[in-house]
Amino acid sequence: MKLDRISYLTLGFVLGVALVLALLNQMTALGSALHVPTYVLALAGKYLCFAMLALAVDLVWGFAGILSLGHAAFFALGGYAMGMYLMRQIGTRGVYGNPNLPDFMVFLGWKELPWYWYGFDWFGFAMLMAVVVPGLLAAVFGWLAFRSRVTGVYLSIITQALTYALLLAFFRNDMGFGGNNGMTDFKDILGFNVQADSTRSALLVISALLLCGQFLLARFVVASRFGKMLIAVRDTESRTRFLGYRPESYKLVVWVLSAVMAGIGGALYVPQVGIINPSEFAPGNSIEAVIWVAVGGRGTLVGAILGAILVNFGKTWFTGALPEVWLYALGAMFIFVTLFLPRGVMGLFRARTSKEPEPEAPEVAAAHEVTG
Amino acid sequence: MRRIAALLLLIILMQGASVCRAEGIDDAYEALAASAGSISAASFNSVRLGIEQLAVSGDPRAAAVIGALQDGLLYANDDHALFIQQPDGSYADARTGNPAPDVTDDDVKAVRINNAVRSAIEAALGSLQLFAPDVPTRLAAASAVFTSHNPAALPALTRALAKEADPAVKQRMEQAKAAAIVYDPDASQRDRLAAVATLRARGDQDARSLLSTLAGQTGPVADAAASAVTAIDRVLQIWSVAQSVYYGVSLGSVLLLAAAGLAITFGVMGVINMAHGEMVMIGAYVTFVVQQTMHAYVPSLYQISLLIAVPMAFLVSGAVGVAVERSLIRWLYGRPLETLLATWGLSLVLQQVVRSLFGANNRDVDTPAWMSGATQLGGLTLTWNRMYIILFAFLVVAALMAALRYTSLGLRMRAVTQNRRMAAAMGIKTPWIDALTFGLGSGVAGIAGVALSQIDNVSPNLGQGYIIDSFMVVVFGGVGNLWGTTLGALTLGIVNKFLEPVAGAVLGKIVVLILLILFVQRNPRGMFPLKGRAVES
Repeated sequence: MKLDRISYLTLGFVLGVALVLALLNQMTALGSALHVPTYVLALAGKYLCFAMLALAVDLVWGFAGILSLGHAAFFALGGYAMGMYLMRQIGTRGVYGNPNLPDFMVFLGWKELPWYWYGFDWFGFAMLMAVVVPGLLAAVFGWLAFRSRVTGVYLSIITQALTYALLLAFFRNDMGFGGNNGMTDFKDILGFNVQADSTRSALLVISALLLCGQFLLARFVVASRFGKMLIAVRDTESRTRFLGYRPESYKLVVWVLSAVMAGIGGALYVPQVGIINPSEFAPGNSIEAVIWVAVGGRGTLVGAILGAILVNFGKTWFTGALPEVWLYALGAMFIFVTLFLPRGVMGLFRARTSKEPEPEAPEVAAAHEVTG
Repeated sequence: MRRIAALLLLIILMQGASVCRAEGIDDAYEALAASAGSISAASFNSVRLGIEQLAVSGDPRAAAVIGALQDGLLYANDDHALFIQQPDGSYADARTGNPAPDVTDDDVKAVRINNAVRSAIEAALGSLQLFAPDVPTRLAAASAVFTSHNPAALPALTRALAKEADPAVKQRMEQAKAAAIVYDPDASQRDRLAAVATLRARGDQDARSLLSTLAGQTGPVADAAASAVTAIDRVLQIWSVAQSVYYGVSLGSVLLLAAAGLAITFGVMGVINMAHGEMVMIGAYVTFVVQQTMHAYVPSLYQISLLIAVPMAFLVSGAVGVAVERSLIRWLYGRPLETLLATWGLSLVLQQVVRSLFGANNRDVDTPAWMSGATQLGGLTLTWNRMYIILFAFLVVAALMAALRYTSLGLRMRAVTQNRRMAAAMGIKTPWIDALTFGLGSGVAGIAGVALSQIDNVSPNLGQGYIIDSFMVVVFGGVGNLWGTTLGALTLGIVNKFLEPVAGAVLGKIVVLILLILFVQRNPRGMFPLKGRAVES
């Protein structure tokens, strides 16, 4: 597998910045001019987790043509698995000091731990669930959807309905996941204090490493024979089928893989932001993830990472400096990118470096659409 | 001869009755007067008995006397004559109502009451109201007796029944009497069985709870009560099903309104307009603005400002729709996923614009007088605003269908969506038809906003709550098919409302969403898929 220059640059950038931030935070004194405050670490970690989500979206949207408007659901499910582990680690340090039950269950008057919370005391099991639960949901959903050939916009809308249904479900107190408050007030992860600078630094570096790992995996998948098949399915699904392949199997595999990647991102997200609640399931979040990919450049993988970091950096800056303007900016970004930058930021790079054919002009596309 | 004898007998009997009644009245007054000034248990008991006697005596002064007693204005002198203190401090004879100028405060003592007497007074006044001259008071009194089902009220009820002319009041009195008899251990079994039958015929929740306490006992009355409870339960169940259907139709009509515009933009044109909800939201804000304007400048039209808002909302949302089509969507035809993203961005911008103009808080849109209130139909409670919205939804869909079918614009729209090139060759300006079609769909969304302003919060987020549901309805009903949309909306509404009592509101919605996801996966083209060549497009 050969990586191009931009991929190397991006990987180097992600790892380098994460390491530098972590080291500066650890090595310099609190008052020093070079000191990186903890909130910057948390912010950077958050961006990297979002980048994993964007990578997952790009894998299915850019290479298999599945526009998922519900990918944040997998992200949030991974996050909830981590959140449950972290809740169990609180032990007797909760407000009620109950050794067996998390605070919100005591508050609801529950007497016993629900069965689906068993095992979440162990880190290994919780991390397994952070991968298995999104993967399983994706497998069931994808199997049903791809088998009955739900494609295009219909698929997008039912993925949105999926995350919306999960949003409503997790808002319920009786679900046993903390209702609309979700889970927060975490103490330890693997015996380290979640709030501590050293833990934060470690989490950031781990996030960067996992992101790079995910990127390499996605690159590998895309470059393989399987990846070529995906692109064939994306471009003309029916022709692939007529050639004797089973597009639904290819789509299902990449769909589940993508969900697992999103789940891992979610699991790393929770200890760094310190909270998980049902709003992570909001349909808007999933669509924002799609715009990160669109801004970066669909079908490039690197672009997804860059787009996620870029847009979220912009969001942080705007919501701090000009809170009124952020929604205008986000909305305008959606419109501008789809109208004028169909290949995103990466398209700008590519146009300068290579002689790839330009994408079809919108007018031509419009003429094609109506023949039926 | 026999007739005369019978007449005579009747007269004698009546006289006997009246004598007996007069004696009852005397006894009652005596009981009240004798205990004046005293607060012993025996005297309170005597007062209570006196009240009960007086209440059933039919004396025209009874209400005044008992009312005075309740207010602590009833006095008696040493000769056991009763007086009512007037507002100016003078006294009037209680039995006649004539002024008694020579009575002074020193001559009389008050008749005292305690809690037991007070409740006797209330019961007595209740049964006295059975004879009130106006119908609503009598009806309320009968209902009160039904609720208290006190056998003591039976004599008054019987007499009131004999006099009653109004059929509704009469029926209510019969039921009240039945309720009292059922609980009267002294009543004959035949009467009690008849009473159970009366209550069974009433067949509502109150009758059921009265009967269900009896059903636990043994004996033929209890058996009859038990079977009556089962019968009432069956009736109540039918009503509750009917109520669920009504709620479902109501929810369905809301969904239908929200989805009707989408059935045009998405169903007919194939444009994924994620800003559809914002068109609805704009319609709701137009309603708000129109109402405020009417309030400020033309108060006489305030009550019908909603009617004025309908065309205004159509025009404003429609204009926004045309502008959006011309500036944004026409560049994205044939690229549905990009359209989806761009219109989502547009929805964010529109929300923020409205938030900047009107603030993030909810705006109040008043419900006009003719839309508030409710009516009762059997066991159903129908609120007027919901009724109007149901009606309005069907009107809008009918108008939309007619517009597509019978107008020249509708003809062109159908031509362009069926075969764009052929339509263009026939001289139809397809770009303008696109813009107008999109404007029509958006305008209908605006009209939906007028209706939704009546039942939902008018806030910048109004539209977001409907967008997923609307798409579900359109996809479920079958794209490009207004009948399908209508049936889809109603089905979803009714299914939702039937699941709610079983699963709870939120879980019910989740179940519906999951069912829909499964349904779309089995029938990707909805309940009523288009057949023939259109399928291939």
